[in-house]
Amino acid sequence: MIEFLNLSKAYSASGTQAVRGLTLSIAPGEFLVLIGPSGSGKTTTLNMVNRLVEPDSGEIRIEGKNVLDSDPVMLRRSIGYVFQEAGLFPHMTVAENVAATPVLLGWDRPRIAARVTQLLDMVQLAGFESRFPQELSGGQRQRVALARALAARPPVLLLDEPFGALDPVTREAVAADVRAIHQRLGLTTLMVTHDMTEALLMADRIAVMADGQLVQVGSPRELVEHPADAFVAQLIETPRRRARALAETLRA
Amino acid sequence: MNANLREAWALLPDYLGQHVILSVSALLLGVAVSVPLGVIAARSRRVGAPVLAVVSVVQTIPGLALLALFYPLLLAVSAVTDDLFGFSFRALGFLPALLALTLYAMLPILRNTVTALKGLDPAILMAAKGVGMTARQSLFRVELPLAAPQILAGIRTATVWVVGITTLSTPIGQTSLGNYIFTGLQIENWIFVLFGCVAAAALALVLDLLLAMAGAGLGRRSHARLVLAAAGLIAVIGAALLPELIQAHAPQARPMVAIGAKNFSEQYILADLMAGRLERAGFSVATKSDLGSTIAFRALSSGDIDAYVDYSGTLWGNILGRTDMPGRQAMLDTLAARLKADYGIASLGSLGFENAYIFAMRADRAQALNIKSLADLARHPELRIGGDFEIFSRPEWRAVAKAYDLGRMKRRQYQPEFLYRAVVSGDADVVSAFSSDGRIARYGLVILGDPKAALPPYDAMLLVGPAHAHDAAFLAALKPLEGEISLTLMQRANLMVDRDQDKQTPAAAAAWLDRQIPH
Repeated sequence: MIEFLNLSKAYSASGTQAVRGLTLSIAPGEFLVLIGPSGSGKTTTLNMVNRLVEPDSGEIRIEGKNVLDSDPVMLRRSIGYVFQEAGLFPHMTVAENVAATPVLLGWDRPRIAARVTQLLDMVQLAGFESRFPQELSGGQRQRVALARALAARPPVLLLDEPFGALDPVTREAVAADVRAIHQRLGLTTLMVTHDMTEALLMADRIAVMADGQLVQVGSPRELVEHPADAFVAQLIETPRRRARALAETLRA
Repeated sequence: MNANLREAWALLPDYLGQHVILSVSALLLGVAVSVPLGVIAARSRRVGAPVLAVVSVVQTIPGLALLALFYPLLLAVSAVTDDLFGFSFRALGFLPALLALTLYAMLPILRNTVTALKGLDPAILMAAKGVGMTARQSLFRVELPLAAPQILAGIRTATVWVVGITTLSTPIGQTSLGNYIFTGLQIENWIFVLFGCVAAAALALVLDLLLAMAGAGLGRRSHARLVLAAAGLIAVIGAALLPELIQAHAPQARPMVAIGAKNFSEQYILADLMAGRLERAGFSVATKSDLGSTIAFRALSSGDIDAYVDYSGTLWGNILGRTDMPGRQAMLDTLAARLKADYGIASLGSLGFENAYIFAMRADRAQALNIKSLADLARHPELRIGGDFEIFSRPEWRAVAKAYDLGRMKRRQYQPEFLYRAVVSGDADVVSAFSSDGRIARYGLVILGDPKAALPPYDAMLLVGPAHAHDAAFLAALKPLEGEISLTLMQRANLMVDRDQDKQTPAAAAAWLDRQIPH
């Protein structure tokens, strides 16, 4: 479904090589999490999928078609994207935010209205249509961002550290909703995070990146049982240690 | 109601209407230029930095100077387009004022637009791109709406500035609320000055308030507020323009003429006197007062005004550029011939009095220092001399300073009205003055003699522009004034306006003067 073929990107301003020769393929309907420390190139990789960042070399194919052959604006309208800290338009209501892409695509009003209602139902925000983003909690804002990303029925959903700014309780609830919606709509989802616990709980497969390169790709179980190197082992160790500590605390 | 206040009220519809037309046009033009320029400047540093620098420098030019500079500039441009395309335009009045005020309006709007657009959250811009907006859609759907409150704040600042500075367009021949202020200052009519200030301030406040309301409506998406603000703006602008519109649509059977006046009482009185005579002869007359000395002559030769009174010595030095002294009558004859030949201007001859540049001192001080003439002044280089804004840069002063060796005296410049105060209070020892001014005698001043005849005669001449130089009806209305206004009559009329008690308006003094002249 989504294929990265020997993808590379360097930022000329800072001279850093953000992504080096990345090759990875994501199956249709798969939930893949890109994980790695800051500066590992995971967000750059994500942004190249809808051409918010242009690669220097290599290819990205969606359903076999090179994204560089599509018009970037049309490409972005066909891919859902949830930004870090939501990125909602502060001067638009919840309904207008959700309707952003359908309006750009020229849908007629009744169709847009029906779609907005349906999506707000899905993210449990029915009745919030005429609120403004600043009147919502962080979790509500992220749900609106999710509804906006899915408004034009994209087959592919990209999420860039979507839960970073949320408190733990909200984070868990929204994460569960995202996973459920992914399942229900049969999306192909690519999510970026630096939180291994989140990755282990949500992903079908996890791709670990360091220094612009892929270190290991595998299911959560594979990663936990057979970490490729000390770096992956260390990433896995943190949630394991916390789980053990928690278990001991509860026993005592 | 006080007579001055009554006259001020009567003038309000015309002054306010013209003021609003000019201010609002300049603001609309300023917004139309500055917002797109701000968008470009925010995106490109190469454009942004120089544009902001130029606009900021313009802001440092004093308003009066900027407005005045546009007159010669447009005159030159008009001459060029006339040569190239046979197309010329009026360089006086509305156009130069509009352009100068538009420049003034630009800085706050441009700066706020650039700052607002540059200050937008990059995450929001990324999101706009991410949902599939083109650069243009992002600009119109996200960036400009988010920048709107700050841009509007810039427009509000520009509104207050422009409404205030519009008062300064009076000296370049554009009627505005500044006419109250300039005329009021000249004739020491503080009611006029205050009236003009209050009217301009009130207009600025009302427009600012309505724009603030529109901004609040925009921010809170309150259609009621928006509609109310828009209705208010339309009502204020419409009410101000109504008298102008009615006048513009009234059947114009009477030929329109414009009478010019420089910026002192005598000129106001004479302009009103001429206007009254022309109106009785069937003309529709507008007066353009407070024109600068050379601007008045240029305005006459280019047809912006049709008649005004100037003085032979002034024309001799400033227009013909002569420094010789051929004698009174020879000067008048030469002037009449040259003005006709070079500019197509007709001279109706001398009105009968002279308004000469003279130098005066307080009688007691002159006696104490034993000064009787300009020649005696050379013995006292420690004395301070006060002049109006023109005298020290005029050829007359150069001639006097050279003839009597006065170059070392300390000079000070005053608003004509304050010159007399200065010499009476002792701030200045000698002042320049005009011989037809009724206040010379009133303040007990003595006129210093001019034994070397360094100062030319200044006979008041009635000049008629090229358009009416052969208009029999026009000339017939003004011809009876020739030789009929004696120095005593003019001094009395001037004093009616200039004195402190029982002050008359220039119109009232003109009516009194008119009654003294046979019809």
